[in-house]
Amino acid sequence: MKAHLKRFEIRFSGLGGQGVITLGRILGHGLALGCGYNVTQTQSYGPEARGGASRSDLVISSDPISYPKAESLDLLAALSQEACNKFYRHLKPGGILLIETDMVRQPPSNVFIGLPFTKLAKEKLGAPQAMNTIVLGAITHILPFAQPRAMKKALEENLPPKIQAMNLKAFNLGQRQARTHFGPAPEIWEGNGMDEKEPDQREVL
Amino acid sequence: MSRTSAKRPKGREMFALGNEAVAEGALIAGCTFYGGYPITPSSEIMEIMARELPRRESGVFLQMEDEIASLGAVIGASLAGRKAMTATSGPGFSLMQEHIGYACMAETPLVVVDVMRGGPSTGLPTSPAQGDVQQARWGTHGDHPIIVLSASNVQECLEMTVTSFNMAEKYRTPVILLLDEITAHTREKIFVPEPDEFAIFNRTVPAMPPEWYKPFEETVRGVPPMPPLGSGYRFHTTGLTHDVNGFPTQRPDEIEDLMLRLFRKIDQFYPDIQLVDDHQCEDAEIIVVAYGSVARSARLGVDMARESGVKAGLVSLRTLFPFPRNPLIQRLGAARAVIVPEMNMGQISREVKRVASNRVQVRALNRIDGDIITPTQIYKAISQA
Repeated sequence: MKAHLKRFEIRFSGLGGQGVITLGRILGHGLALGCGYNVTQTQSYGPEARGGASRSDLVISSDPISYPKAESLDLLAALSQEACNKFYRHLKPGGILLIETDMVRQPPSNVFIGLPFTKLAKEKLGAPQAMNTIVLGAITHILPFAQPRAMKKALEENLPPKIQAMNLKAFNLGQRQARTHFGPAPEIWEGNGMDEKEPDQREVL
Repeated sequence: MSRTSAKRPKGREMFALGNEAVAEGALIAGCTFYGGYPITPSSEIMEIMARELPRRESGVFLQMEDEIASLGAVIGASLAGRKAMTATSGPGFSLMQEHIGYACMAETPLVVVDVMRGGPSTGLPTSPAQGDVQQARWGTHGDHPIIVLSASNVQECLEMTVTSFNMAEKYRTPVILLLDEITAHTREKIFVPEPDEFAIFNRTVPAMPPEWYKPFEETVRGVPPMPPLGSGYRFHTTGLTHDVNGFPTQRPDEIEDLMLRLFRKIDQFYPDIQLVDDHQCEDAEIIVVAYGSVARSARLGVDMARESGVKAGLVSLRTLFPFPRNPLIQRLGAARAVIVPEMNMGQISREVKRVASNRVQVRALNRIDGDIITPTQIYKAISQA
C-alpha cells in the first residue's frame, strides 16, 4: 500500500543547460505513472538557449492538485549559487536543501546535504551531461515515496535508446553515493502526512 | 480531472504538457492539416504535429514563412475538406488577425490555439499573461461573431481542443483556444481515452445534386452545408460581402441577410456553446470568476477561504466568448461580491461587470508582472471583499 501524501513540493533550480527541466520531467513521470501519485510539473526559464536561470517545480500529492506551482518547498535542489541564493527563502521550516557542492560554494545555511554531482559525472562516468541523472538517483534515495524501479522505467521511457545505458549507470551511481553520504530519509517526511488516510465515516441509512 | 464513473473508459495515461495534450486532442478530433510557424510558448504543439501528422493517413504538416501565411494555408486546407489548425502566441496571433476575419466571412471551420505570453510586442516569451482575451474577441476588424474557449489544466487542454474542433465544424466558424504559458507548460498525469469515447462532429456536406447547390443559402441552423473543393460542387469564396452564391454584392437586403445569419448561427446555440464549471457556488456570498491557469489558483484560494469560514465559490469559464451571460447570472445567486482575478488589467472583469450590472459589487484583481496570481493573493482578496 503506498503512503498517503499531502501536498509535497520540490524545486530543481540551476543554470540553463544543466538538465534541470528534464530532471523534473523524469521524476514527475516516474511518480505519476510509476508510483500512482498526482503530480504537476511546471517550469520557468529565460529566453536564452544556454545559461540564464532555469527551474522546474514539482507538486506531488495523493489528492487532486489545484495550484500547480510550488509555494513553500519541502525540498530544494540548487545546482548553482545564484539559484540557491534566490530560492532558499522559499524553503519550508524543516525543508531540505540539496546542493551541488562545487557550484554552491557559499551555502546559506549549515543545514544541507550535498554532493559534487558535476565532478562525479565527469570522473566516474566521463559524461558531464549525465549530472542530472545522478541528482535523480540521489533524490530517489531520500524520497521515501519514490521507488527506484519506477524511476528507471521513467528514464527508459523518456530518453532515446542511445543514452539509456549511460543514464541507468548514472542513476545507480547517484543512489549509491546518496546511501553512503546522506544516510536514511529525513524523519520529518515520515511523520508529516505520510500515514494512511483515515477512511471516511458515514451514517448507514 | 479524475473520473469518478465506475466503468472506466478505455484509454491510456500520459504525463504530458498542456501543449502535448492539445496535440493529442487535435489528432483525436481528426485534424489532418497543420500549417504554422513556431513561437514560444506554443512550439511543442507544432513539434508534435510535425512528427505525428506525416505518419497518419493523408496527414499534412506545413511550416510556413510566417503566421500570416500559416493561417492562409489553414484556411485553404479547410476549404479542401480538412480539419485544420495552427498554434501561436501573442506576436503571431496579431499577424493572424486579418485571416481570422477572412475565415469568419468565408465561414471556414478552423482552430487557432493562442498560448498567451507577456506582451505587448515581443514582451516576455517565457512568462505567462492573459493579455490577448479581447484581441481574440475583437482583434480582426468588422462586426463579427467568434467563439473563444479556454482551458485551465492539462486534461482540459485535451478536452477543449476536441470541443474547439467540434464547434468549428458545427458552426462553420474559426474557434480560438486561449491558453496561457502556465497551462501550456505544466506537465500532469492525464487520461487519454480512445478516440471512439469522444463525440466527434464533422461538417455537413450538401445532399442535393451539384447543380442545385447554393453555397451560402439560409438553413434552419444558419449553417450552410460545406463541400470540399474539387468534389463537383462549384462555389466562390471571397472576403467581400457576398450573396447566397458567394459573389460580391452591394444590395442592402442581401448584406443584411448574410450578416444576420452569421450572427444567428452562433447566437441561437448559446446554451450549447457557453460552458462554465462551478465549485462551491450554491451558498456562496463571494464568488470568484476566473479562467485559464488562474482558475486553479482560485480554486485553492476558495478552499482556503471555506476553511476559514468564509462562504466563497468559484465559477471557471471554459467559454470566454460569446460571454457566458446566463450561466454566470444563474450562479451569482445570493452573492454580494464577485472577484475577477486576471493576468491583465481587466479584460474579463468588465464583461462580468456588464453582466452583473448593479446587482453585486465586482472587484478586479490584476497582476501583470509575468507571474501567476497565487492562491494566497486570491484568498486575501476574498477575505477583504
